[in-house]
Amino acid sequence: MSTDLQGGGYGWRVDDIDTDEMILNMGPQHPSTHGVLRIELRTDGEIVRAARPHIGYLHRCFEKHAESVDYPGVIPYTDRMDYVASMGNSLGYALAVEKLMGIEVSPYVQTIRVIMAELQRIASHCIAVGTYGMDIGAFTPFLHLLRDREKILDLFEWTCGARLLYNYNWVGGVSHDVPDGFVKACRQFLREFDAVTYPEMIDLLIKNKIFIKRTANIGVCAPELAVSYDLTGPNLRGSGPPRDLRRDEPYIGYENYEFDVVVGEGRFGPRGSCFDRNWVRALEMKESAKILHQAVDRIEKMERADVHEKVPKRVKPAKGEVYARSEAPRGQLGYYIVADGTGVNPYRVKVKSPCFTAMSIFHVLARGMMIADIIALIGSLDVVLGEIDR
Amino acid sequence: MDLVFGVLPSGLPYWLRVGLAGAVCAVILITLVALGPIAYVYVETKIAGFMQDRIGPKRVGPHGLLQTIADALKLMFKEAIYPAGADKMLFILAPCLVVVGAFLSFVVLPFGSRLQAVDLNVGLFYVVAVSSISTVGLIMAGWASNNKYALFGAMRSAAQIVSYEIPAVMVLLTVVMMVGSLSLQDIVWAQGGGLSRWFLFRYFPLMPVAFLIFFTAGLAECNRTPFDIPEAESELVAGFHTEYSGFFFAMFFLAEYTEMFVVSVVASVLFLGGWMAPLPALQQLGPIGLGPIWLVAKAWFLVFVMMWLRWTLPRLRVDQLMYVAWKVLLPIAMVLVVTVGGLALWPLTANGFPWDRWAGWLLTPLLFIYLAYMIVAARRWSARRAREMAA
Amino acid sequence: MDASSIHGRLKDRFGEKIVAFQSETLQPWAVVAPDAIADVAAFAKSDPALAFDNLLCLSAVDYPKEDPPRMEVVYHLFSYEHRHVFVLKVHVPREGAHVPTVEGTWAVANWHEREAYDLFGIVFDGHSDLRRILLPDDWIGHPLRKDWVDPDFYNGMHVKPTQQMAERAMAGEKIGVGPFDFTPPNRHVEE
Repeated sequence: MSTDLQGGGYGWRVDDIDTDEMILNMGPQHPSTHGVLRIELRTDGEIVRAARPHIGYLHRCFEKHAESVDYPGVIPYTDRMDYVASMGNSLGYALAVEKLMGIEVSPYVQTIRVIMAELQRIASHCIAVGTYGMDIGAFTPFLHLLRDREKILDLFEWTCGARLLYNYNWVGGVSHDVPDGFVKACRQFLREFDAVTYPEMIDLLIKNKIFIKRTANIGVCAPELAVSYDLTGPNLRGSGPPRDLRRDEPYIGYENYEFDVVVGEGRFGPRGSCFDRNWVRALEMKESAKILHQAVDRIEKMERADVHEKVPKRVKPAKGEVYARSEAPRGQLGYYIVADGTGVNPYRVKVKSPCFTAMSIFHVLARGMMIADIIALIGSLDVVLGEIDR
Repeated sequence: MDLVFGVLPSGLPYWLRVGLAGAVCAVILITLVALGPIAYVYVETKIAGFMQDRIGPKRVGPHGLLQTIADALKLMFKEAIYPAGADKMLFILAPCLVVVGAFLSFVVLPFGSRLQAVDLNVGLFYVVAVSSISTVGLIMAGWASNNKYALFGAMRSAAQIVSYEIPAVMVLLTVVMMVGSLSLQDIVWAQGGGLSRWFLFRYFPLMPVAFLIFFTAGLAECNRTPFDIPEAESELVAGFHTEYSGFFFAMFFLAEYTEMFVVSVVASVLFLGGWMAPLPALQQLGPIGLGPIWLVAKAWFLVFVMMWLRWTLPRLRVDQLMYVAWKVLLPIAMVLVVTVGGLALWPLTANGFPWDRWAGWLLTPLLFIYLAYMIVAARRWSARRAREMAA
Repeated sequence: MDASSIHGRLKDRFGEKIVAFQSETLQPWAVVAPDAIADVAAFAKSDPALAFDNLLCLSAVDYPKEDPPRMEVVYHLFSYEHRHVFVLKVHVPREGAHVPTVEGTWAVANWHEREAYDLFGIVFDGHSDLRRILLPDDWIGHPLRKDWVDPDFYNGMHVKPTQQMAERAMAGEKIGVGPFDFTPPNRHVEE
């Protein structure tokens, strides 16, 4: 590896390659890298000897922008990081600023936030599991899962007007109250999800022999390695440790809900394989549906409150800094916000995105795999380049 | 071809009659080959839509019927891009070879008792030999594209096709041993007398296993999922035909669907009775023989099954593919050859096991009832969901 | 363990290398001398009472207006075993900042430090592969610093095309009227 500080281009010097090896570029444009990701593979026939991911194609200077807009103005920017699961991003940011300012939101707002976060989790895992199946070659579960994601997106559009990038979780509240009839529609969605989509997905994809053969023996990540590389969320739980921020350090009222933390079991191969990570995501959808049932029941019994009650007219925190974490669908999302006490703009916003750390383990797991398995590995880590590059 | 030869007036010189007979047959077959994929692509997209809970093409023409024609026109008008550094002659020759390899097999396919271009007495052997020309074309395509991905796809494809031909040919041997002839027409005649005489139900359960092996190997020959590694979209962009655009791409497509049809027809001829009807009474509609309709119906059913599998199963990795071919299909095929050969020689079982007669009539209606039930249930479910959503 | 005991334990081990401790904030932090951070990190991970096996985040912050002007590298540590959080900070000068890498302790620091180098210019000594991660490999400068000014050119291309287009339009050129009207300045145009 080059220690050149301004190392350019390839980085691998061409003269130290054995003549049998080939440098293959899975370039920024590729159907299966989930975003613009470039992976340089050094392969010996089909076996990968070394893999090096190159990121930064989607870098949009989020952290610099955050210093020039005010605190609520950062929220649309946060949506655009992990564009597949925007509710989680803005929730994490709102939680961080609320922690900085000492704002406590009402239980009503908390329940709304839980509903939105869990709906978003299901939608995000639909994409994760669906595109993973598609990468492996099973085209049909992708469309079935996307059908359900469409229903969730319709619910979101009904609530706040946007399908993908919502600007929903504000500092101190949410932007729109749930509309009348939302509870009924949500229950309808859950009914169809529990009765049809989830069992079909399990039968068609997760229990599929070929899918298991393709994924159950590759990309095995030991728990210590996972913790050292700061894998979080389904990536970590797939290797065994039942670490879930919703259970360990509950926020927005997660302590009131009953749900299980899904952990990879190593049923068809070693624990911590690509199959296990995907298994965790698939089963987490069921757990999210469980939470949603409870949250929807709760909110039905609550009386309507003003969701803008605690939203400050001007967000101007005193000098201080905070690091707040939340459990986004892809892992632990962390916001480090530094406020200098003067002005309405943040001094520094640093985001620790779960996909960034997940991508950093890629070169370790990719050694010794075949090229088809590289695709399976990226899909199992569930990376969204928007979040990695910010 | 004999039919046409006989129809032409005997006044014409011999060479002219032969030439014209050949030309007419060739034109008819080329028309079939050209028109077939149009129907298959449309049906595939509609079936895919049905299985994926969506509608499929519906805008171009009534119910989207003209979609494939629109696609074909678009492909014809696209710019033919030649990648820099590509070997131009091989680049252009490769798709031609692939199509030719798929098309040449049509010569011996028996569509009726006399509706066959040529009844070669080595018909089956000819089909196997000629379908390998496509392989050469595939490798040429990968090499001539000057593209690592294409080369990968071509190498994988070559390995896959060659490996899967061996179990397929072994299974063909079992049928040939029962019939005693390589001619496709003889094989069909040997299955005369109704559903229970079809080779699929001989030596039950040995021949169904043989059919499954042949069908699986045929799937691999066509590069269809679960064996579509050579064109694995999500891995190698488009495999060996990455660099082909416009009409060349259309030719590869054409070749793939034609090959599917050929494999289905050969499978129907060998196992499903060819142009024979399940009941002898259904063979003729008055003076008109219904042979071609029966053969095409069987072939289209198998094509439907191929499409069904494509949209259901994920794809196998290259080494798993090879494993299946060499360690699963080949041993079973070899055992089958030896067993069926032995059984055919033994006078007691020369014509099959005694319970074969009932196997066919028991299984086939069950299968169709099951299929019909699934389709009806799916329709009713989506109607119910539409009602619920409106409520 | 609460923050003061963690700080006490570090102070016992490293003495004056732990320069300062701020406990009145939401998340207390300890400031560590730059040359000792690698040892402190290793100790924080291996010590059974601390057991900080997870580096939550490694950020860099630029404080040009402080006295003296400095940049900070902030390490947020977490222990899965004891469930405690702690923050370590390293103060470095704004020019020529060198910090030992903690990549040996927490493997995830590899990419985090690359990002800090890329956006701030902090060099991590001992890093196995310190090169730019988010920005293009041939980018000059470190954008997230507070004194960053966008360059005018990158590889000969205007970085701010809109102003340039506006100038040319003010000069009378017809820009943006038809689909192919705008010629970028670095494309050769036949006269």
